[in-house]
Amino acid sequence: MIDFELSDSTKGVQQMVRAAAEQMMRPISREYDEREHEKPWDFLNTMWGASRGVSMSGGDAPKDGQPKPKGPSEGTLRAVVTTEELCWGDVGLYLSIPNSGLGGAAVAAAGTPEQKKRFLSRFTEGEPKWGAMAITEPGAGSDSAAIQTTAVRDGDHWVLNGTKIFCTSGLMAAEKSKGFVVVWATLDRSAGRAGIRAFVVEAGTPGMYVTKVEHKLGIRASDTATIVLEDCRIPLDNLLGSAEIKQGKGFKGAMATFDATRPIVAASAVGVARAALDFVKDTLAKNGVEIRYGAPIHTLTALERDVIEMEAQVQAARLLVWRAAWMMDNGLHNNLEASMCKSKAGIVVTLVTQKAVEIMGPLGYSRELLVEKWMRDAKISDIYEGTQQINQLIIARRILGYSSEELR
Amino acid sequence: MVNFKPTEDQELLRDTMQSFAREVVRPSAREADEKDAVSSEVVQKGWALGLVQNSIPEEHGGFGSGRSAIRSALKLEELAYGDLATAMHLVTPRLLTVPLLIAGTPEQQAKWLPRFCGDAFTPATAALAEPAWNFDPRQPATKAEKSGGDYVLSGKKCLVPLADRAEAVLVYAQASDGLAAFVVERGASGLTIGPREKNMGVKALDTFPLVLENVRVPSGARLAGDDKAVQGLVDASRVASAALAVGVSRAAFDYARDYAKERKAFGVAIARKQVIAFMLADMATEVDAMRLLAWEAAWRIDQGLPATRESLLARHYAAQASLKIADNALQVLGGHGYIRDHLVELFLRNARGFAAFDGLAIV
Repeated sequence: MIDFELSDSTKGVQQMVRAAAEQMMRPISREYDEREHEKPWDFLNTMWGASRGVSMSGGDAPKDGQPKPKGPSEGTLRAVVTTEELCWGDVGLYLSIPNSGLGGAAVAAAGTPEQKKRFLSRFTEGEPKWGAMAITEPGAGSDSAAIQTTAVRDGDHWVLNGTKIFCTSGLMAAEKSKGFVVVWATLDRSAGRAGIRAFVVEAGTPGMYVTKVEHKLGIRASDTATIVLEDCRIPLDNLLGSAEIKQGKGFKGAMATFDATRPIVAASAVGVARAALDFVKDTLAKNGVEIRYGAPIHTLTALERDVIEMEAQVQAARLLVWRAAWMMDNGLHNNLEASMCKSKAGIVVTLVTQKAVEIMGPLGYSRELLVEKWMRDAKISDIYEGTQQINQLIIARRILGYSSEELR
Repeated sequence: MVNFKPTEDQELLRDTMQSFAREVVRPSAREADEKDAVSSEVVQKGWALGLVQNSIPEEHGGFGSGRSAIRSALKLEELAYGDLATAMHLVTPRLLTVPLLIAGTPEQQAKWLPRFCGDAFTPATAALAEPAWNFDPRQPATKAEKSGGDYVLSGKKCLVPLADRAEAVLVYAQASDGLAAFVVERGASGLTIGPREKNMGVKALDTFPLVLENVRVPSGARLAGDDKAVQGLVDASRVASAALAVGVSRAAFDYARDYAKERKAFGVAIARKQVIAFMLADMATEVDAMRLLAWEAAWRIDQGLPATRESLLARHYAAQASLKIADNALQVLGGHGYIRDHLVELFLRNARGFAAFDGLAIV
């Protein structure tokens, strides 16, 4: 039955997270934007203590390597709801929170039970840790099948060589905690996408170096690292999935990770958009300007029309996110819907935050307020985890029934 | 708990409407538009779906299925997918029956509702919109003045569907104590039905202007509802309008998608060109976004939650998105889209109307 009401338990979590966002993230939001690359350790330690065990792709991390029980759950939906709240607080800080991250999502999607236990159980104990995913290379962004990093078998090890860029939390995952980086590499360049596999590289493995941390437009509290792999040797069983190229499942398996992570990233965009929208509405309300929903069109001010338009767009994005998450929770194939929500949310947050800067006038442009920061933070949602255009390409292939060869 | 799946019952209902839309409505859409009339055969077949009779209680001869904004949204999307004018024609009697169900007195319900439970399509309508740029549905210029035990109605109305054949018109007017609705019977003295309107889209839907010159109605003709009931009607009609827009948009998207997969340029189907494929991807996403907004507002209405904001957002979004989708659909067809051999120009003309239908009160 069609229902838009969150369960009581999810509402409870939402309220808790909202309070944390308001009380812990907002007060340090500007500071850690300005102090780029510095870590707010008090906040991170608190979040680690409070949320460890919660995986990027929703729900609880497997405690003892056992997969989650089958049947409908609300794990992904709860994850998108909490992500929206945290990113309403501050998306840069959200991205810095220690957890298994995108790397964990890849392990959860493509790993064996043994691998899940070996790599994910660490996120429920001990010191704060980070997981990261390294796909992008200087010469391969959206075209992830074109990656050049190689994995060559040498006895009991895989030997990795290549350069990865734009790796979110790469520094924390590779060097500053006992985490790991999931590295995409090819077993055979001539095999194209069929040769691509994901490998888990433990933090501190000799041959893995962070050579650069990027300076960015926004999400400055989050580190975005360049990782060089130089004859980096890892155990054979750190390969996620099968080494058999003919099976061709490696790349697909890795791509399937996106079906789980895109709704989360889209939810973070909705959070930033709502931050800007809430701020605009609160400011207007404090100044006696009320938004009159349903007032006759000839009496609406341009400001009211702008706000109504922003609200409709944000709500549209949110509902697309919820649907993609709900499908995930109910075991439905959501590849199309995940891309729809991601592409929509990326556009919406970009436009809504730009509009918020405009509406706030000179104050909107000033670093006295957070509005300009939200606009800077917003833009990454239109790019990472599949650009708007790559997601449109995926949507187009789905609705047209075309393969990636037929529509490139 | 959040759920995006209609019940089996609702899915069955949707499938029934979808078959009707595909097999009966769509094939007659072009002819209806050209002839400015929905064929009586289609109307009669549509009547048999029980769109009007469904919500009328059994005691008055109806099917007693109750009212549900979600069910309405599901039905209207499918019907409008077939053809918007036909869909609106078929549900026009609801402009009277639904307000009666919400705010009618027992006497009014007993008098009117049984008439809409027969075997033949029985027209009735409502007059809300007025021919003025500053029309406000909550404060119409049409006046209702008390005179003895009666009310006297004066004013001008427009966009009144099926007014020429309606058993009764529900006239919205401003009374001294607020917005009120009156059941005005066919042939009432002082009620003039003007010449059929010529609209850009929904051409097959017969709409008329009305002039009310001192139309005298007994006080028993006034619906009992207060401002809250009226707001509830406005909310429901906005959701209905959004659902109709989803249907038109989906029709335009499907048409353009199918065409793009057939039509070749530079040796391949144009759908294989990113510039076309991305337009289609955007259209598909927007259709889904519109539908989810309409469903959410409908769900709130069914739950008895405040829904004025949500229904306004859904309608606002749908009006804009449907126009853009239909326009892009036409663009995908290029010159062919401009020719009346194809239906996309009809979809575009129809989509343009959603910004203007706010006063039409389709529920």
